[in-house]
Amino acid sequence: MSTPQLLPDDYLAYPLRRYGMDHNRYDWSILPERQPVALPGDARMALWVVPALEWFPLDMKSQPFKPPGAMQTAYPDLRHYTLRDYGNRVGIFRILDVLSKRGIPASVAVNAAVASRYPSLLKACVDHGCEVIANGLDMDHLHHGGLSEAEERDWIARTLQVLREASGQPVRGWLSPAKSESLLTPDLLAEAGVDYVCDWVNDDMPYAMRTRSGPLHAMPHPVDIDDYTILVQNHHTEDDFRDALIDQFDQLYRESAPGNGRVMAISLHPWVIGQPYRIGALEEALDHMQSQHGVWAATGSQILDAWKAAQR
Amino acid sequence: MKSDPGFYDYLPYNDRPVIRWPNGARVAFWVAPNVEFYELAPPRNPARAAWSRPTPDVLNYAYRDYGNRVGFWRLLDSMKRCGMRGSVSLNVAMCEHHPEVIRACADEGWEFYSHGTYNTRYLMGMTEAQERAVIQDSIDTIKKHTGQKLDGWLAPALTYTDRTMDLVAEMGLSYVCDLFHDDQPGPVKVRQGKLTSIPYSLEMNDVIVYNVNQVSPRRYADILKRQFDRLYAEGEKSGTVMCIPLHPYLVGQPYRIAAFEEALSYITGHDKVWLATGREIAQHFNTHYHDAFAAAAQPVGEAP
Repeated sequence: MSTPQLLPDDYLAYPLRRYGMDHNRYDWSILPERQPVALPGDARMALWVVPALEWFPLDMKSQPFKPPGAMQTAYPDLRHYTLRDYGNRVGIFRILDVLSKRGIPASVAVNAAVASRYPSLLKACVDHGCEVIANGLDMDHLHHGGLSEAEERDWIARTLQVLREASGQPVRGWLSPAKSESLLTPDLLAEAGVDYVCDWVNDDMPYAMRTRSGPLHAMPHPVDIDDYTILVQNHHTEDDFRDALIDQFDQLYRESAPGNGRVMAISLHPWVIGQPYRIGALEEALDHMQSQHGVWAATGSQILDAWKAAQR
Repeated sequence: MKSDPGFYDYLPYNDRPVIRWPNGARVAFWVAPNVEFYELAPPRNPARAAWSRPTPDVLNYAYRDYGNRVGFWRLLDSMKRCGMRGSVSLNVAMCEHHPEVIRACADEGWEFYSHGTYNTRYLMGMTEAQERAVIQDSIDTIKKHTGQKLDGWLAPALTYTDRTMDLVAEMGLSYVCDLFHDDQPGPVKVRQGKLTSIPYSLEMNDVIVYNVNQVSPRRYADILKRQFDRLYAEGEKSGTVMCIPLHPYLVGQPYRIAAFEEALSYITGHDKVWLATGREIAQHFNTHYHDAFAAAAQPVGEAP
């Protein structure tokens, strides 16, 4: 402990102290005051399930920070590497089975490395009817302020090229590894033809972002109720996870109305929720949601298109 | 640097003047929503990084922003349904950034006290002149936007200098929420003015409960009820204080709000509870008990 260093007087200067946000990326907006968003069939809830297919390289550098799920022991960290890979070999198929039985589509957020390394996995997701969205090159390519613009543009282009070729889909959605961005990420995503980004956890609904390359949209994709946060980070039980999903859904449902829908987004990590002793919690939560009236299970692109239609 | 902050003498819980709250209440209960603005790219304070990730920390910035766009409005509804006024711990730049939030609080008769300018500007390393300027900014901004006189202080992000308590007392504030040494109010020793510490409680604070202790929403409701039950029982002998410090980005998450409202409804449903604001508690204590508490306190001995 030492006496703090003195601060320059401009530490008390506030050039961005003004109405709205302290940046121009999106406008300040109060959720309860927005115009209603009608969902197809007058549904009250759009149910959006987003499993992430991740590859954590054994020799990962974890720069400029350790992403959630990173290797932890001295090299070679076989235990964490292989447990993450469990999700791609076993866990995801358990999830797809749960979703198939309930007629729920999904948007799978895929590292380009997963698509290249395990082509049959990507094909299985496409055959299931999943929307493929991009999740960066792999979990050790973190987008951050220290990247050059050229390098980040190259990472985005390579990611989208691999995933678009492998899936035959336009790949409209993007989730950055660890939700980490540079100041330019949204500009570069829009430039590469991405329509929506899942990194911003500031809303329950889609909203419009401003980029130098045209429109981009933020989709709600909360970390609070994802399986990694609740089960791995917080060490809660499977029943706690189920209850969190149900409580989240019930609250959003109460705030919704026919003609004014809400989005229930569920972020999943197959190596976490796909374990035999955990998967039942997801089933119970989904069964609760589907027992309610007016629940529309959809992909991210379908939900965003419904939101866009309601803005006119 | 000092080995003891020197803000208070020793006054044991079992041997101090008896507090009686208005109308025979056993507990003075107050709720302090922290209405905050975190900057995306604040200037660097060498004593503390604003964000855990390199700039821009999109994840953590957006998480805080959720509180203003969504969570606050959910919390506001819960408070209204329970007939509970808030005492807003305010980053005063919110008055410029999001005046709609300020107006909504003012419309419900909530108190505003200062939590600094931004939650990303820290007091450590400030000169006395700089720190005075920050406090004056809070006094002026709250007056201008709400018409209220600033009475209370919770330092931004709990950051201080050795002078903070002296300066807020000297500049006319009457209470601080920064000291966690008691379940009753108590005098704060300052070089000029009359200052009271009122219990704020990190134990009940949703940041500590959710971000540090990582408990479930149902468990948080249980913690709140247990805390209240014991303070309510003890308050029969001498009035106690219970505070719930909140952050709309945390308690206002969809899966958390119902459990919180259930606990709030439980607490506010008791008959011998005073649903107060920070200012009201400080005023009652300052008028009736401040000097008696100061006189009863025992000087602290020298460490060997």
